Amino acid sequence: MSQYLLSVHHTPDDPMLALTPEEVQPVFEAVDRFNKMLMDQGIWVFGGGLHPIEASTVVDGTGDEPIFTDGPFAESKEWMGGFWVIEAPDLDAALKLAAEGSKACQGKVEVRPFQDEPPAA
Amino acid sequence: MDATLAIERIYRDEYGRIVASLVRRFGDIDIAEEAAGEALLAAVEKWPADGVPPNPGGWLTTTARNRAIDKIRRESHRDAKHQAALMLNPTSGDDDVADKDTGLVEDDRLRLIFTCCHPALAPEARVALTLRLLGGLTVAEIARAFLVPETTMAQRITRAKAKIKNAHIPYRVPDGVDLTRRLAGVLAVIYLVYNEGYLSGSGDADIRDELTGEAIRLGRILRQLLPTDPEVAGLLALMLLTESRRHVRLAAGELVPLHEQDRGGWDRTLIAEGHDLVRECLALNRPGQYQLLAAVNAVHTDAPTAADTDWGQIVTLYSQLYAVAPSPIVTLNRAVAVAELDGAEVALAEVDRLDLTGYHAWHATRADLLRRLGRSADARAAYDAAIAATENEAERAYLSRRRGSLAGLEGPP
Repeated sequence: MSQYLLSVHHTPDDPMLALTPEEVQPVFEAVDRFNKMLMDQGIWVFGGGLHPIEASTVVDGTGDEPIFTDGPFAESKEWMGGFWVIEAPDLDAALKLAAEGSKACQGKVEVRPFQDEPPAA
Repeated sequence: MDATLAIERIYRDEYGRIVASLVRRFGDIDIAEEAAGEALLAAVEKWPADGVPPNPGGWLTTTARNRAIDKIRRESHRDAKHQAALMLNPTSGDDDVADKDTGLVEDDRLRLIFTCCHPALAPEARVALTLRLLGGLTVAEIARAFLVPETTMAQRITRAKAKIKNAHIPYRVPDGVDLTRRLAGVLAVIYLVYNEGYLSGSGDADIRDELTGEAIRLGRILRQLLPTDPEVAGLLALMLLTESRRHVRLAAGELVPLHEQDRGGWDRTLIAEGHDLVRECLALNRPGQYQLLAAVNAVHTDAPTAADTDWGQIVTLYSQLYAVAPSPIVTLNRAVAVAELDGAEVALAEVDRLDLTGYHAWHATRADLLRRLGRSADARAAYDAAIAATENEAERAYLSRRRGSLAGLEGPP
């Protein structure tokens, strides 16, 4: 099994962002169902939604003194809104799950493999 | 033929088989390619003295596999468990498989082509990988075919191989619903390879022959592996029927349109094979876009002269094609047949409704219809637009000649 990051990406013109709380409720429920399915199958590693990009702080610890800067790492028209870390036997399985996750959260999902195989249980 | 050249020819033909079998065995494309390369060197060293073995493909595969095992044994950085797993591949009867044309070896190539044409890879990488791993073309040859620097092509292939490895793109033939969808991707890659060779007006002729030949070879392999899929048969038929006309398609560097081609120069063997496949598709009655395009070509290759063409049949086929694969280009091609059936005026009305102003064939079709309607000034403008929209020298030469043959100007429009 390999681990994959499924990250949900938003853009400023994302229709999701304009939804009212009532409209967004079914999306939450769909995501809950998707999460539960991942946990039931034992392939959930971690996941969660993130606060808006304005809440981010960039830390640069490469110099002598760490520098803290408000805002996202780079001016971007796209940002990560949430993510899952899942286990899958191969990319085809991960893509299939990402498609379900994308449908549930109504957002585009990027799939990236983790570098190392998880330590054997 | 020079001995080394003969060996290289055998190696080229066997390359996809060798690499596919090693990829299955070792799960690693780089190991497979490197071992295949070493097997070639061994052949060049041994065969001229010992003679070509009775089963050169089996010899190359066995040699490559042994080289790969040696290499893995030598490598100390692999953990013992991983190494043991590679060495003790559970596939028994491996030697037999490598030595004969058995089903399992074919399955390896099928697996590998689905990996090479995986939707998670960039389209240009799919084409390059397929030509490299299954076609056995060198990186330099692929770079020349696609008119990019060799370093660019090498990078493209390296990146794609890294993604297959790191993202764990499986070596597997997809099943169920996925197979149909993924097979469409494989067929698209093969057709793209064919068209690159057939349509490209630039690049050297040898490389273009190489590409059309390779696409047909891949099409035949796929047909052998998936004999009951009608679209696989359809694509092969489409390529064979197109190929049958290739040698009379150009004359002195100028494109010769279908109705002006010397039909005696068409390859009757390819046509017969293509027609058989089209008939087989018709009997299966599960039409798809390649089958329909093949059927259109079969109508053309069935007509002894251009005047005998069954245009009604062609219009029907394009309408069916539009139903399964709607595209303005299908409508444009259909309009060409409509012109023969209902006249240029009806066809022009259909063509003018299409939003294809960036496509040279749209301008060229309009130009021809306007010429037939005697609207010389409009036709001239359309020929100009068509010439400006294509880079293809043969096509430009043809269009320029047609423009030159227009009746004198009828005065300012």
